[in-house]
Amino acid sequence: MGKTWDEINERISSGSAVVLTAEEFAELAADVGVKEAARRVDVVTTGTFGPMCSSGVVLNFGHSDPPIRMSRITLNDVEAYGGLAAVDTFLGVTQQSASRGLEYGGAHVIEDLIAGKAVRLRAWSSGTDCYPRTEIDTWVRLEDLNQAYFFNPRNAYQNYAVAVNSSDRVLHTYMGTLLPRLGNATYCSAGALSPLLNDPAYRTIGVGSRIFVAGAPGFVAWEGTQHNPNQQRDEHGVPVAPAGTLAVIADLKRASTRFFAAASMTGYGVSAFVGIGVPIPVLDEDVAQTLALTDADISATVFDYGVQRRSRPALGRVTYAELRSGAIEVQGKKVPAGPISSLKKAREIAAELKRWISEERFTLAEPLKPLPQPGEQGVKPLEIRSEEAI
Amino acid sequence: MPRKRLDLTFPPRQATKPITYHLVKDFDLVPNILRAQIHPGQEGRMVLEVTGRKEDFDAGIAFLESEGIVVRPAATDICLDEDKCVLCGLCTAVCRPGALTLNGAGDELVFDKDKCVYCEACVVACPRRAITLTF
Ligand code: SF4
Ligand code: SF4
Repeated sequence: MGKTWDEINERISSGSAVVLTAEEFAELAADVGVKEAARRVDVVTTGTFGPMCSSGVVLNFGHSDPPIRMSRITLNDVEAYGGLAAVDTFLGVTQQSASRGLEYGGAHVIEDLIAGKAVRLRAWSSGTDCYPRTEIDTWVRLEDLNQAYFFNPRNAYQNYAVAVNSSDRVLHTYMGTLLPRLGNATYCSAGALSPLLNDPAYRTIGVGSRIFVAGAPGFVAWEGTQHNPNQQRDEHGVPVAPAGTLAVIADLKRASTRFFAAASMTGYGVSAFVGIGVPIPVLDEDVAQTLALTDADISATVFDYGVQRRSRPALGRVTYAELRSGAIEVQGKKVPAGPISSLKKAREIAAELKRWISEERFTLAEPLKPLPQPGEQGVKPLEIRSEEAI
Repeated sequence: MPRKRLDLTFPPRQATKPITYHLVKDFDLVPNILRAQIHPGQEGRMVLEVTGRKEDFDAGIAFLESEGIVVRPAATDICLDEDKCVLCGLCTAVCRPGALTLNGAGDELVFDKDKCVYCEACVVACPRRAITLTF
């Protein structure tokens, strides 16, 4: 007994679909069993809200008179890419302001745009016959732009590392401040609420899936960069370390500062908290099995960031329930653990997506193309070599 | 006996007198170092909790100031800008005394003032710059 995508979408359109968040579904399954929960529920919503460095926006400014072919571009003193057509650009979240360093960067510009603030646009060009202007200095708001959309090459990591530091000095990393001699541990996943942990084999999430991006309806555009389906998996088929990723696209004009927040990581750089939510259709009992997993069933691998190499030593595995308790055990030592990814926001996203589906009749899209499956592709390292050695 | 928290700034000098020793020996005060960052030749900072009688306390401070140390009352609270905070929890990961923690449900910050040593680790770590120390 199963349900088809069409049946589920019909129920969403008629307002009769049963929608639960992943946390609610796990509770129900614990109560009535996975089989019965799978029968009763049509869609389960997931959510995550963590720093996602590989994010950014495509912007089109429109043409000035006389026009300019922008080749060097700054927004509030943050450099944007000048290698596209005349007034197109890509602004990445990690780009730092020339004057304010990591206190203000691409992520802050995007947050200001979403908040409706005016942003100073400056651009330079050598001038051409068709684009004579060589310099422009003006102010723009999000509403003034022709197109403004996220194109995030890597979001919603399927699981992540737990970071500790065995060295003798404090480390400032994208995983936050790591205290020496295993002084603390940080982790960055929504655990049982995390989108790709709820669909570990990519059965329902693929290119074309309709999703929630920073408060706006969007799509999975492609597999994310460094998508690694071959990561080690547990007995439920769930990866125990960073594995799959998503590239996503969504309208910036419909995004909300509730679900997008710039981040300045001291000693590291700028990043952005991006809220991603994915609805998962409860097609059958197999899909329901992993939806019913809780933080106690899902684990992550502890890596030593004190070893500054590509392959950091793994120091064991812990469950998200242990991490959420505030302390884990690493090499026999009790280590205080703190999150980087906001559980509160992840819950809000799953609840908001649930509201979209039940009240606004946001239907699901069956993937047009699956994400690369285990065995199909892995992640290759970058070798340092000469032209002759190739 | 009254107890006060002081934030001391040392001028960059080769060597400083063992000030806590003098506070104990000459002024009958009980200093407890909450935080210290002192490197020779650089400006240093120390947060002290001092217990003692009022007269001794005033004399102790006059002594510190005569040594060229700038004495200010130390931060006594942290202030959280809830509009900026995204409840990521990163500040809890760097708070060694466990003054900042997340509640059981993992969706609210809990601050235990008695445990805070005003080390500023959370201020520096917060990616949203949502925490400031107040006096
Ligand atoms: S100032 Fe230090 S002790 Fe106080 S809450 Fe912040 S990190 Fe914890
Ligand atoms: S680190 Fe900053 S944003 Fe994160 S929970 Fe603490 S105060 Fe809030």
